[in-house]
Amino acid sequence: MIQKDRRPVFLDITRIDLPITAVISIIHRSTGILFFLLIPPLIYLFDLSLSSWQGFEAVSQLLDHWLARSLLVLLSWGFAHHLLAGIRYLLIDVDIGVGLESSRITAWCVVGGGLIVLFAVALTVL
Amino acid sequence: MNRRSYGLRAWILQRLSAVYMTVYLLFFILHVSTNPPQSYVAWHGWMAGPVISLATALFFIAILVHAWVGIRDVIMDYVKPPALRFSLLSLIGMVLLICGLWVLRILIQVSQ
Repeated sequence: MIQKDRRPVFLDITRIDLPITAVISIIHRSTGILFFLLIPPLIYLFDLSLSSWQGFEAVSQLLDHWLARSLLVLLSWGFAHHLLAGIRYLLIDVDIGVGLESSRITAWCVVGGGLIVLFAVALTVL
Repeated sequence: MNRRSYGLRAWILQRLSAVYMTVYLLFFILHVSTNPPQSYVAWHGWMAGPVISLATALFFIAILVHAWVGIRDVIMDYVKPPALRFSLLSLIGMVLLICGLWVLRILIQVSQ
């Protein structure tokens, strides 16, 4: 007989104290979805830049715009975070950083690495 | 591979594509930042080289495979009704396939 699940559900997002490992996992997933959505625009720009010299100039000018540069800085953070969190998962696959303490340390490394890339790219691009 | 190892295949594909994309992007960013293409001819010529265009084709294949496995995981986590799940997966699979053909066309035209 199937019994109705009566376990309490607690989903008050303002009072749940997520561990840092959960936070970077959520960011890994959100940035992944974001980059998935960016695939068609990326291919479009790639196509345009190779279609003619006018297209190449158009893409160059677009990427040179301050808005595009700012966007690039933000995206570079998202990308660095996704990449570093991904490397962290690969390390977990080979049993590095599995324990509670070490997994939190590597999670903070992902956060720190992402911020370092953010500042480095901001300094060179802006 | 049989039905039971399907999850393992996705797992391996996700990691192989990730490693390849990392290597390609490091190379690409290093090249473009130290030696930015100044003109259409330079950019087009660089992309038309057999090694670069092949590596780029592989890169886009890796993106599409990686995106497919990732988005499929997300949809399987949050979209429970079978019909909706199937429709979404079909739609996304179609979009990714079209993206792949699009890139293939770009790269073939470039190398001609």
